[in-house]
Amino acid sequence: MTTFFNLTLAGLSSGAVYAALGLSLVIIYRATRVVNFAQPALALISSYVAYSVTKDTGSYWLGFAAAIVVGTVLGVAVERLLVRPLRDAGELSAIIATLGLLLVLQAVSGMIWSNEPHAFSYAFDFRGRFSAADLFAVLAVVVTASGVLLLFKFTSLGLRMRAAAFNPEVARLLGVRVGVMLTLGWGLAAAVGSLAGMLAIPPFISPTTLDEVFVFALTAAVLGGLDNPLGTIVGGLALGIGLSYVSGLLGPELVPLAALAILVAVLAVRPAGLFGRATARRV
Amino acid sequence: MLNKLPPVVVHLLAALGCLVLLVLLTFATDPFTNLRIATVGYYLIAVAGLALLTGFNGQVSLGHGAFMFIGAYTVALLVKRVPAFPIWADLLLATAAGGVAGLLAGAAAARLRGPYLAGATLALAVGLPAVTQRFPDLLAGSNGLSFTVNSQPAGLRSIPSTQWQAWIVWLAVLLALVVLANLARGKLGRTLRAVRDDEVAASLAGVHVGRTKILAFLVSSACGGLAGGLQAFLLGTAAPGSFTVALSLSLLAALVLGGLGSLWGALWGAIALVYFQVWTDDIAEMLSLRNDISDNLPLALYGVVLIVIVLAFPAGIQGGLRKLWVRVRRPVPSQRGEAS
Repeated sequence: MTTFFNLTLAGLSSGAVYAALGLSLVIIYRATRVVNFAQPALALISSYVAYSVTKDTGSYWLGFAAAIVVGTVLGVAVERLLVRPLRDAGELSAIIATLGLLLVLQAVSGMIWSNEPHAFSYAFDFRGRFSAADLFAVLAVVVTASGVLLLFKFTSLGLRMRAAAFNPEVARLLGVRVGVMLTLGWGLAAAVGSLAGMLAIPPFISPTTLDEVFVFALTAAVLGGLDNPLGTIVGGLALGIGLSYVSGLLGPELVPLAALAILVAVLAVRPAGLFGRATARRV
Repeated sequence: MLNKLPPVVVHLLAALGCLVLLVLLTFATDPFTNLRIATVGYYLIAVAGLALLTGFNGQVSLGHGAFMFIGAYTVALLVKRVPAFPIWADLLLATAAGGVAGLLAGAAAARLRGPYLAGATLALAVGLPAVTQRFPDLLAGSNGLSFTVNSQPAGLRSIPSTQWQAWIVWLAVLLALVVLANLARGKLGRTLRAVRDDEVAASLAGVHVGRTKILAFLVSSACGGLAGGLQAFLLGTAAPGSFTVALSLSLLAALVLGGLGSLWGALWGAIALVYFQVWTDDIAEMLSLRNDISDNLPLALYGVVLIVIVLAFPAGIQGGLRKLWVRVRRPVPSQRGEAS
């Protein structure tokens, strides 16, 4: 029974991280109908910057702030330079372009910081069952996710962002600056993604650290329906706990395949995700 | 005259011609180059399989490295456990193993589309190599299996082994390509494209959409299995470190570079995969770059290629060649028809 309890607690903190990275995917998908396969690389670069800043200044929090800022800037740049030119080029083009960016950024981070893993510190003490670091991860994600949900739901900026995503033409007629809203959405998403990276990466950072986490985050986002932020957060937490059981009871090497099995099983029953609304496909 | 023959005969004759040329080429080049020629061969069949799935049928797979993994381990296990089997039987079984895996993946994926399918296949590429840790006795963990294949018949012992390997690889690849080219030209090719372009219209026309998509996955991953088997045959090892996500993504990069929707594109893509590596190694040595930089240069290049092609040349190399060919054959002075 204690094992069960411990696994649940461990799953909660990793699930929070999947939820955060998943949330960053959902914000972008809602805004531009693109799944940003480069998201883990954006988070990776910003975490590497944090690593360098922390190493030079000795302050974890200065590095943390640098990661969020760099992440936001990268997100804005990607939307302006890569995603906008491909707006009308079709689904496959956006997937391929963001994958290309993933390869480039992973390779660049390997060139700058080497492929060898470096030690990456936690924000707080990480020892023991549900440590301070775990608590911080869960709290940071809950606060950030609530902030994003409240922003979308209750502020005028959030309303304009939703309008720009929902119907760009009409939003434009009503005076919303659609382009700015989409860029803002990417910046916001990349900031959330960088937070997830900072939480997911310890104890070691290397160019491929986030590959698995990204698969779980994508699974969480798909479980949530890909355009439902709340569903993604619930999906991420549930996935974290479920995978923690798999890891503890069956072995950690089976976790990615378990995520795949969950993904396929859920999509076979509900093709639009657990919380997504089924929409008629345009032909 | 060639137009009057049935396509299968034309394809077989073309394959025979290619094989003769390649055998001659291996006599003219050194063992290093022979190895590269063989490497182009197995990448070619992997990318050609992906072309059928992604280019013809519009299903994105970010997990084709996983099917190569299955093929490679099938050959490795057969060579080690069942040494009595000849290598062609091992390769045939590797192809079948890839096909079976693809059948399962395709059945699971038939309801997924676009980003959902990309995510699921990505999970396969990330998850499958870790299975080796699960069965350390059978699959030897992260060290992988190494073995020697004695496929060279006694009468040909005087031929250098890399040259012999290049022949075997290309024989298998060309045979598989003949099958693929026939499928692509025939009814299946038309059905695949119909499903890609408009599923509803295709099903109204009597096409079984789900079955077609699963079939595309099956053929494509059988090619992946063969490619992996040939890689294991060539290198004498099968290790999880060779089947990373980066491999799956570079196969996609090769396909996009060569040009989606054409088997010829797969050839340009496969050549690029091998020679990007060679060129970046040369450049790194010439500029005496640090290892950190030179190791990552090919991946960076694949990434840049993906982005540049999608932004500027969506038709890839084969599309460019085709345009050039049309212009050479029928020089049109006016620019009127090119507005689109």
